[in-house]
Amino acid sequence: MATENAAHGESLVFHPLDQFKITRLFGEGPIEWYTPTNATLWMALAIITITVIFVLGSKGRALIPTRMQSVGELAYGFIYKMVEDVVGHDGAKYFPMIMTLFIFILTANFLGLIPGSFTPTSHIAVTAVMGFGFFIFVTILGFAKNGMAFLGLFWMKDAPLVLRPIIAVIEVISYFVRPVSHSIRLAGNIMAGHAVIKVFAAFAPLVLISSGIGLVVTPVSILAITAIYALEVLVSAIQAYVFTILACVYLRDALHPSH
Amino acid sequence: MDLAVLADMGKFIGAGLAAIGSGAAAIGVGNVAGNFLAGALRNPSAAGSQTATLFIGLAFAEALGIFSFLVALLLMFAV
Repeated sequence: MATENAAHGESLVFHPLDQFKITRLFGEGPIEWYTPTNATLWMALAIITITVIFVLGSKGRALIPTRMQSVGELAYGFIYKMVEDVVGHDGAKYFPMIMTLFIFILTANFLGLIPGSFTPTSHIAVTAVMGFGFFIFVTILGFAKNGMAFLGLFWMKDAPLVLRPIIAVIEVISYFVRPVSHSIRLAGNIMAGHAVIKVFAAFAPLVLISSGIGLVVTPVSILAITAIYALEVLVSAIQAYVFTILACVYLRDALHPSH
Repeated sequence: MDLAVLADMGKFIGAGLAAIGSGAAAIGVGNVAGNFLAGALRNPSAAGSQTATLFIGLAFAEALGIFSFLVALLLMFAV
């Protein structure tokens, strides 16, 4: 990092990307694929949180829902309506998968907003597993449901015949870019937001170094951290929503390839 | 000039150039949201059913900005 030599004493320290470092939970040594790391811990915490909210929430099954039950019911109803609107009625079969994706991403994003925590969804390795896994599933499903008619997704029937091969090439390319953009969008958004907060946080202690300009910069940067944190709460929810709605759109293409 | 310094310079200039893409994505996102608002104010009853489309459009416009951010990050820390 370019600013590492500025780490001593009388200057600001910028390490906006250090928060994404994967570390071992126990002991020392190299990180293997089976090593429990901070990413494992926070993914496990996300799953525990989801389990607690949904199991405890649905325990009472009250006619007038308690607060926790309302959270579960609202999330369920919201995603169910989205699947029905975007995919259609035959999409209800795939609702549990979409719901799992949404709740996991949302919870991981929100837990990552706790100061000092780690956000698993800020790593492309995590989102790529979800993005590419969904892409492979959808492609296999498309061929299994429609056979070779699935290739009609790339062959526009309403375009002029001369243009169809060109459009087919573009459609094939855009089809294979889907999982890349699907996963990088989520990871990039979360990573960028957290890095911006850290950059402003690095400006905040300026008043300790120079009391002249610091009196202006420090309050401004603390205000900026607050504002961007609020924005990040919004972005966390919106990106979880965008990830799931795009998953729904891809699922619809697999089930009904003829546009 | 030292070659390593020159390579570093190129990295930083390239990362800065890649950051222009974020501005372009900002124009795109503004376009999507602005046009949605213009349409929604003309026909508010149809706006509610189109929010999903709005978010899909926003996501597509924004993804390209994220790509340029990623290129900048790769240039700074990975190359």
